[in-house]
Amino acid sequence: MRRALNRRSESTATLEPVESVALTPWDRVKLARHQSRPHSLDYINVLFTGFIELHGDRLFGDDPAIVGGLARFGDRTIVVIGHQKGGDTRENIRRNFGMVRPEGYRKAERLMRHAEKFGIPVVTFIDTPGAEPGIGSEERGQGTAIAESLLTMAGLKTPIVAVIIGEGGSGGALAIGMADRMLMLENAVYAVASPEACAAILWKDAGKAPQAAETMRITAEDLLSFGIVDEVIPELVPAHENTHGTISAVGDAVQRALDELMEVVDQPSGLDRLMEQRYERFRRIGVWSEALPVAAE
Amino acid sequence: MRSILQRGDKFQPLPTDDDRLDQQIPGDLWKKCPKCSELIYTRELENNLRVCPKCGNHFRLRARERIEQLVDPGSFVEWDAEVRPADPLEFSDPSGAYSDKLQATQRKSGEYEALITGFGTVDGRSIVVAVSDFDFLGASMGSVFGEKLTRAMERCAEAGTPLMSVNASGGARMHEGLFSLMQMAKTVAAFARLGEARVPHISLLADPCYGGVTASYATIADVIIAEPGTLVGFAGPRVIEQITKQKLPDGFQTAEFLLEHGMIDFIVERGDLKRTVAELLDHYARVHQVDRGESIPWQPNLARSNGVAPKAAKPGKKS
Ligand SMILES: [Zn+2]
Repeated sequence: MRRALNRRSESTATLEPVESVALTPWDRVKLARHQSRPHSLDYINVLFTGFIELHGDRLFGDDPAIVGGLARFGDRTIVVIGHQKGGDTRENIRRNFGMVRPEGYRKAERLMRHAEKFGIPVVTFIDTPGAEPGIGSEERGQGTAIAESLLTMAGLKTPIVAVIIGEGGSGGALAIGMADRMLMLENAVYAVASPEACAAILWKDAGKAPQAAETMRITAEDLLSFGIVDEVIPELVPAHENTHGTISAVGDAVQRALDELMEVVDQPSGLDRLMEQRYERFRRIGVWSEALPVAAE
Repeated sequence: MRSILQRGDKFQPLPTDDDRLDQQIPGDLWKKCPKCSELIYTRELENNLRVCPKCGNHFRLRARERIEQLVDPGSFVEWDAEVRPADPLEFSDPSGAYSDKLQATQRKSGEYEALITGFGTVDGRSIVVAVSDFDFLGASMGSVFGEKLTRAMERCAEAGTPLMSVNASGGARMHEGLFSLMQMAKTVAAFARLGEARVPHISLLADPCYGGVTASYATIADVIIAEPGTLVGFAGPRVIEQITKQKLPDGFQTAEFLLEHGMIDFIVERGDLKRTVAELLDHYARVHQVDRGESIPWQPNLARSNGVAPKAAKPGKKS
């Protein structure tokens, strides 16, 4: 496992399958965060043609931690939105390590409305440690920006497919992830808090992050079993060792998901059904017990 | 419609070891105000809606205290009290298993979960309330919180009854993992439907309100109110300080800070809350009163015009 994490790129690596049962959740956290793992623009550049990036939230600025725009996918025009991390330290600083500010979520929301206006499906790539914690972000309403993006997605009258390609960091990830189909790469993780933060709070020791990662059930396999994720896209070898193979597999899965959703939309009252299915998709999530028979229903 | 809303349970308190609910304990006769350090007679504090009579500091309220202050006596009917938390991840940390923590919290707080929902009236006007209880695991939003709020919103949409949420929360319930995070999506989707039914949602941000609640239904309500001094934010101040290594500005994340930055509609003193909510409800109620026949001419607001009244419109004329 350590070997897989330390290998840098395809050029130097032999593509030996990594025995997936040997990977702990913490191994997957490290793989999901691997700097050489393909990021949103890598997917955009390979899967789509004619990508035209659209910038800015029309209110305050342009957040480089979110990229988005119009692109061609097969014979379809799509609007693509993704968190963007950097492939090296310099780029990572420019991209704020994929931590989005309110203007980033507002840009994403604007692009979603753009998609809805023209009946264009939306594809999002999720890869963020979380929304940026910062003074300016709080001043400009980080919570409100995320909530408004969710509200827009809840009622967006066009199909949405989300792919968790790396790190799914809490509300900052969900803010562009409230989709009709949620696909997840095998070594991606999606958590309500970072294992380090969870360990710091509940274990009183951030160093216990590997244990927290285990307890939190954040792997693709876990989330599939919970019915939160619809499909796990296998990584026979970790994505950073098999960039093109991984991107192709994601492309195939997105194509299938979009085909299914467009089939729903193309039927009479298809958009109403899409909206109904999206509502039900999130409506049913949760586990509780009901001690007594419900009186009022 | 009212009959649907009024079906529910009368609240039966859990046995509790929270001494706040037991006024007889001598140590609790006096309370020290954390803001001005004044010792206040507990009875006096209760009579003043738990607002410090010396400095105006708004003490935090338990959910049932808030409901008692907000709705008319005897009008509250609780909903979905039988919806109880489960432990889907079988979560356990060095302090113990989540399931044990839940039981201990239930005993200590006297509540089964962190959100209480139900129907009541505000000076006779129908309202549905959803109030979080910070004493229950920091009012973190887990599956039960999300489910009870969603059911409440769905019934509001069906019956056309306004919703008021009172939101103090530490954020997501980490012990429920991604089930907890997804409650943000679930409650926002329910709020979107409430909007389609044109039913208003008034959100009161209560101290402290952070994380997933700030980033979902609470900050996209139709009217967003906060009490003076309430702390509201997405990330906690300590996290921000640690990560940015910057000193936080004075008053950072207070209700006043949010008002200045355009994130809330107004700040209301606790003593004015009920009257303000009643007035808001009346505004929305009038929207649906169509077919009234003859239009009612406007009248000068003598109470607010310093006695110098402008001329009123004459009946029958549009002004
Ligand atoms: Zn005081």
